[in-house]
Amino acid sequence: MDSLLVFISDNMQMVYILILSIFVGIEVISKVPAVLHTPLMSGANAIHGVVIVGAIIVMGHAAADDFFALALGFVAVVLGTLNVVGGFVVTDRMLEMFKKRK
Amino acid sequence: MLNHVIALAYLAASVLFIIGLKKLGHPDSARRGNILAAVGMALAVLATFVAPSTHNHVWILLAIAVGAVIGTVSAKKVKMTAMPQMVSFFNGMGGACAAVISIVEFMAYAHTINAPDTTVALVASTLTAPGAADYPFLNGHVLVILLGLIIGSVSFSGSIIAMGKLQGFVTEKAVRWPMQRATNAVLLLGLLAIAALVLIACSCAVPYGLFMALFALSLLYGVLFVLPIGGADMPVVVSLLNSFTGVAAACGGFLYDNPVMLTGGILVGSAGTILTILMCRAMNRSLANVLLGNFSGGSGGGSAHSGDTTVREVSPTDAAILMSYAKKVVIVPGYGLAVAQAQHICRELDEQLEAKGVVVKYGIHPVAGRMPGHMNVLLAEADVPYPKLLEMDEINPEFPSVDVVLVIGANDVVNPAARTDTASPIYGMPILDVDKAHNIIILKRSMRAGYAGIENELFYHPKTRMLFGDAKDSLEKLLAEVKSM
Repeated sequence: MDSLLVFISDNMQMVYILILSIFVGIEVISKVPAVLHTPLMSGANAIHGVVIVGAIIVMGHAAADDFFALALGFVAVVLGTLNVVGGFVVTDRMLEMFKKRK
Repeated sequence: MLNHVIALAYLAASVLFIIGLKKLGHPDSARRGNILAAVGMALAVLATFVAPSTHNHVWILLAIAVGAVIGTVSAKKVKMTAMPQMVSFFNGMGGACAAVISIVEFMAYAHTINAPDTTVALVASTLTAPGAADYPFLNGHVLVILLGLIIGSVSFSGSIIAMGKLQGFVTEKAVRWPMQRATNAVLLLGLLAIAALVLIACSCAVPYGLFMALFALSLLYGVLFVLPIGGADMPVVVSLLNSFTGVAAACGGFLYDNPVMLTGGILVGSAGTILTILMCRAMNRSLANVLLGNFSGGSGGGSAHSGDTTVREVSPTDAAILMSYAKKVVIVPGYGLAVAQAQHICRELDEQLEAKGVVVKYGIHPVAGRMPGHMNVLLAEADVPYPKLLEMDEINPEFPSVDVVLVIGANDVVNPAARTDTASPIYGMPILDVDKAHNIIILKRSMRAGYAGIENELFYHPKTRMLFGDAKDSLEKLLAEVKSM
């Protein structure tokens, strides 16, 4: 138990960011028309692709002879990129229908 | 110096995520919002890539190239109608990514336990509490790894099943089995118990077996979590799993003390949860009702037809967006328009829409209103140009190409029962085929039956959205929303 408390107080700044981000997320979404639900979900989906940063860190820190970490890291970067790139491209395609007409 | 620039880049990326998400909530700015978020992502990736502690650049670039090519090609090629399963697939990839990161980090951590002296480099990123020799796994670092593993795995397998249901390679029916809720609850408790066992493992043996069991059971839980939910509810499930993946990504933020992963992940976690609830509300259901299955049995099988008695309401804002971004709108007036004396406001709405480039026509049923020609007289009085009023035979072939039909206080003349239900008193009466249009918005005072006193299944049609209220009030609200767009 102690070590968990230590973990929290060691990461106090991160905990603050965590709490504030929760509120920002709620505020940002509060009033959204139903036709935008799917594109918004898709856009948010692309944003959590930020997990790719973790994947790059895994690969970037792996020792050159640590094939386990290198191989899994490679897989993770591919998966994360799929999430990011695919997510943003799909969202953009969905939003084409909201293009302004003249 | 470089580290400061990287920190600033992370900050900028976080801000771009927030602004992007905000802009995604409005039709006019949505596309820009998506691009802003993408720029933020590019910044975050670039900053991580050039960080002094990052090695193996070639391999990373190669992996990014592989993912980018597959991602772009599949996202470009997918049909518009198959978008939801594509989103689900990409979401699953993010979840899998988080799970893989957890596996690597767990193994690396276990390695430091076994051989404390050798891998000093890892300690920099490990957040071990001092003096925890008795319980080397009982700390925040391992907890975050386990959370990332569980949530990421559930999100991955759940997303793949959801994708399967949408695509059709997994049955879209709600799969139920005896004691289904009990098995899922037991499995979830089991997951937590195993996670606890890993945390309190002693320093004598690294709990590899338990960790792998946790991985496998998490995957299983994702499958069993989604299987009992009908195909029609998959968008809600995908949205929920989307927010799960956000939380899994945020775990990585704690793991690496990385603020952009934390803000990005948590932002999606909380925004995704709110969005999920909004989606349920738009279907007139609660989240619990969607996840646990509904008790009324109304639309339990997902694609119920005649038994489906869900009425979907629409807000004036949503209705206005649908019409403003349509190519062709057909207004079908009925007695309700006459009663409310709403013809002038109707013409104003028409003009506003035309100003936005929308083609607006009127579909006039011969017996709409209480006398033949009732609607023509009414609309002519409001100076609606005569060529825009189309008779039933002229307008009916057009409906399949109409984006939005706005039914104003008409009922029997758009009742599909006249075509299909031989028992109906109005069977055989020619009607306006509004059910062939892409979207139907019905302005109506209440769910009461029309002049002929019979139910109208059109009101329960999945394409139909109801806007309740006096025709004039509703039209005024619509007009105000269209103007503000």
